[in-house]
Amino acid sequence: MDLLEAKFKMDYPGFTLDMELNLPAKGVTVVFGPSGSGKTTLLRCLSGLDKAPSGYMKIADQVWQDEEIFIPIQERKIGLVFQESRLFPHLNIQENLLYGYQRTLPAERNLHLDEVAQVLNLEALLKRRPEKLSGGERQRVAIGRALLTSPKLLLMDEPLASLDMQLKAEIIPFIKRIVNEFKTPIVYVTHSMNEVLQLVDTMVVLNSGKVENIGSVEEVFSDVRLREVIGDEQLGAVLETSVLEHDEEFGLTRLDFMGQVLNVPRQNIPVGQSLRVHIHSKDVSLSTAPLAGATSVLNILKAKVEKVGVLDPKGYSVDIELDAGRPILATITRKSLANLNLQPGQPIYAHIKAIKMIHEGEGMQ
Amino acid sequence: MDFSLMDAEPIWLSLQLAGVTVMILLALGTPVAWWLAQTRSRFRVVVEAMVALPLVLPPTVLGFYLLILLGPHGWVGGPVKALTGSALSFSFTGLVCASTLYSLPFVVQPLHSAFETIGKVPMETAQSLGASRWDAFFSVITPLARRGYLTAMVLGFAHTLGEFGVVLMVGGNIPGKTKVISIEIYDRVEVLEYTQAHILSAGLLIFSFLVLLMVYSINRRLPVQVT
Repeated sequence: MDLLEAKFKMDYPGFTLDMELNLPAKGVTVVFGPSGSGKTTLLRCLSGLDKAPSGYMKIADQVWQDEEIFIPIQERKIGLVFQESRLFPHLNIQENLLYGYQRTLPAERNLHLDEVAQVLNLEALLKRRPEKLSGGERQRVAIGRALLTSPKLLLMDEPLASLDMQLKAEIIPFIKRIVNEFKTPIVYVTHSMNEVLQLVDTMVVLNSGKVENIGSVEEVFSDVRLREVIGDEQLGAVLETSVLEHDEEFGLTRLDFMGQVLNVPRQNIPVGQSLRVHIHSKDVSLSTAPLAGATSVLNILKAKVEKVGVLDPKGYSVDIELDAGRPILATITRKSLANLNLQPGQPIYAHIKAIKMIHEGEGMQ
Repeated sequence: MDFSLMDAEPIWLSLQLAGVTVMILLALGTPVAWWLAQTRSRFRVVVEAMVALPLVLPPTVLGFYLLILLGPHGWVGGPVKALTGSALSFSFTGLVCASTLYSLPFVVQPLHSAFETIGKVPMETAQSLGASRWDAFFSVITPLARRGYLTAMVLGFAHTLGEFGVVLMVGGNIPGKTKVISIEIYDRVEVLEYTQAHILSAGLLIFSFLVLLMVYSINRRLPVQVT
């Protein structure tokens, strides 16, 4: 598998960027972190817009930067998409789309106008001028223009930040299609987790110029150390499920999660299709045995206690790391912990009180 | 009264001078203006001040120094004379040199502000799409700066057409070589030929007004830039 390796060190007054990355060069890698964490600087170094005085970068088998080599941006095969579309106002949409295409060697052109325009639904816009387009349309053109250079890597810096919710929802499926149909690896920088939960394959979490964590979305979202960075309201679990069946009688959809079943309100998704769900750690409660008698809780997952979090004598709650095949985080009260007497390795029942579905357009609430 | 023949030469000479000067200024002014818009060097202010000097300097001062510089014993005129047999003072080439300096701010400043308005983003964007810096400059920056270029060309042309002091100092008053319209007008007034002076002056006035009218109306019609 192709890898993206990068190592950058840069000193600014009052800020040092010191990062080392080792990523699969496929799918969507989300670079996430609060503002000032170095996201944009990292992206500018990856693209070659800026040159870290001490740096190394290699994608697939090509070295783009080391002690001797620095490939300038125009010779790197990258696509860049920013918050503003940055379309050329003196060119129409087709000319904008073809600007990079015409500057790509014919032998290196993997993508062509017809297919890109079709996938991004741009056919009707080709003869229009940039100023006549809506924000969402402009952003689709910007993505298409970058893709038409047949890039080895597509770098996106908050590409949806200036769009309203509805337009974000409109663009996300297109980004998914790029990954599925063109196989272009994407590095996506954002400070808003909700925006990308449904896209992300690998997550890179940055804080104050350093890499805090790299991993799958499942690992990162259940990592208690990232509470500050990711945000209290996000931490818990992101689980990959697939639709098992629809229960029309009760208006439910049953999801398969590694052999266990989760019930969610009826989803308009065909059986067999995958669905990502997000569970907040405070919506997970624990019991050491299956509850005797009836319960209104529909979703109970069998799991194992992995680790009991650090106790804060002043706080009332504690994080429990669970292993249900994938990591899940539960936040319970210290009082409950005392009652349960949890030990690592112990089997446990996780009661899930709320599940948020992450699918197209609904990841952004 | 037949004045058309005798007046044609200074007009033709003025147009030639202004045309050549504008061409040279566009070629010289573009890199200077681009550098001013891009650089963070501390010499930037020095260069900016030097470019603006002809705006405030009395033309006679500029003309005086140029006369010395371009003359047979000057730093520039001397070597040129050694090479070609004649110095640059009192020649058309000398006039072009002088006009280029004198009209420099009128070309550099509109270009500078056009490049600053455009900013770094279009260049970065074009480069990220595989364009070299030269390619990006001609395919993106120049078309985006067309208002700046139009203004620079017109102001440079009109200002060169109207100069007097520098021309008189450097070029003198040699018919067919250095006698341009503004000097011809001066000559006519000297010998009290007010009719000819009127015709030339009114022509220059109307020409200048029409040119500016054209610039402003084209500027209004060019599409507004979007980001």
